[in-house]
Amino acid sequence: MNDAGGLSSFAGRFFTQFYKPRYEFREFIRQCFVIGYQSLPLIGLTGFIMGLVLTIQLRPSLIDYGVESQLPSMISVAVFRELGPVIIALIFAGKIGSSIGAELGSMKVTEQIDAMEVSGTNPFKYLVVTRVMATTFMLPVLVMLADAIALYGSFLGVNIRGFTSFSLFYYQVTDILSFGDVLPAFVKTFFFGFTVGIIGCYKGYYSSKGTEGVGRSANTAVVLSSVMVFVIDLIAVQITDILSLN
Amino acid sequence: MTTETATIELKKKEIITPDIKIQGLKKAFGSNVVLNDFNFVLNKGENVAVLGRSGSGKSVLIKCIIGLLEPDSGTIEVLGKNVPELNEAELDRLRVKIGFLFQSNALYDSMTVRENLEFPLRRHWMDVEQKEVNNMVMEALNNVGLGYTVDMMPIELSGGMRKRVALARTLILNPDIILYDEPTTGLDPITGREIDELMVSIAEKYNTSCLIISHDMKCIRLTSERIVVLVDGKCYAQGTYEDLQRSNDKRVKQFFE
Repeated sequence: MNDAGGLSSFAGRFFTQFYKPRYEFREFIRQCFVIGYQSLPLIGLTGFIMGLVLTIQLRPSLIDYGVESQLPSMISVAVFRELGPVIIALIFAGKIGSSIGAELGSMKVTEQIDAMEVSGTNPFKYLVVTRVMATTFMLPVLVMLADAIALYGSFLGVNIRGFTSFSLFYYQVTDILSFGDVLPAFVKTFFFGFTVGIIGCYKGYYSSKGTEGVGRSANTAVVLSSVMVFVIDLIAVQITDILSLN
Repeated sequence: MTTETATIELKKKEIITPDIKIQGLKKAFGSNVVLNDFNFVLNKGENVAVLGRSGSGKSVLIKCIIGLLEPDSGTIEVLGKNVPELNEAELDRLRVKIGFLFQSNALYDSMTVRENLEFPLRRHWMDVEQKEVNNMVMEALNNVGLGYTVDMMPIELSGGMRKRVALARTLILNPDIILYDEPTTGLDPITGREIDELMVSIAEKYNTSCLIISHDMKCIRLTSERIVVLVDGKCYAQGTYEDLQRSNDKRVKQFFE
């Protein structure tokens, strides 16, 4: 409950500071590079394995029902609607949430945040606003890329046993997907990204008790943001269902 | 008015308006009262040490002066401005005139020495050309004898070198006042003396006022013209090193034994 109050107030501070100049564009771009570009190999590999494994696991069940030909369609719906956003957000929470928590925590206990403040720089804007914006905007991009790579993995999985041409695979994937499959899933990734960023920053920014506290900040940032990804996913699915977007 | 009279008037004004003037400062953390009716003056160009036992509130005092902590009551006038009453922008402008050397050095781990020194410059003097920034960085580093470390990372430096780089970073904006938080803690005696000598030469060269928080008596003796003894959150005694050394008061004497 303490976290809920502290986090709400921290998020509130983010929105009030977000609009105020001075805008830290250079640091924002640097964070996009660190958070987005440097996560590409991990996210790409995760996406590829996700698509491949899902295809291999689903095939026997579909054969039992005699609908093996529907494999690309089913994979694409599962990946775009749910698995892609959630699995990539969890991997993102593990990599980026812990890294932000540990980095800011270490800066806090070694007085680097205070040093920034006494040099006349607003550390909240420089460190928190830029990181949260970068996670919010980079996660949707990473999820889109991971979804595409997952389909490529699935294409290979389909062709391990049997043959499906790329054009047929592509047709089946695009034919089944609708606006309602892609848009709500895409929108929720912004919330996932924001949550991972704000929790990582919150845990790091208020880190205490020396190096032990830094480890705890990184750890709790991952745990809390992973749980919050599921909570937000649940809410997003309910909203999508109520609005009949699927 | 002749030039001589004008100079005298200016000097009088400087004496009348101290760089730091603290009146009735109180700061408590819960029931733990750290500073209680603390009064203090730092005159222009003066080097003053605040002496006190660990946990006596020395670091809290300088954090209140720089605005990192908000006092419960009292006034803290720095360069004529009452710090607790300043808004964020005013405080940032004031902080540019104050250098702060942290006990832990607080160098940014992810930046090179050059970037560490450029950081405050780039924040406040955005229109300065890169060539000029490079010159200022090199000048500040050369003043602490570490010009050759410019492209190194803080992790590659020894404790004494990090302290010097941190000092160079405080000097880069040419501050009027420098606050030192335990400048020699954690350093071997030889490196500690080198830092002491550096502090003296910097005060002379940059014409700064210095407030030094320490319990290293050798450092205090070498760097300070006046010592303030902080006991029970109050200014318990003050005077030169020799004055206090001669004191018969038990609580003052214990620092010199």
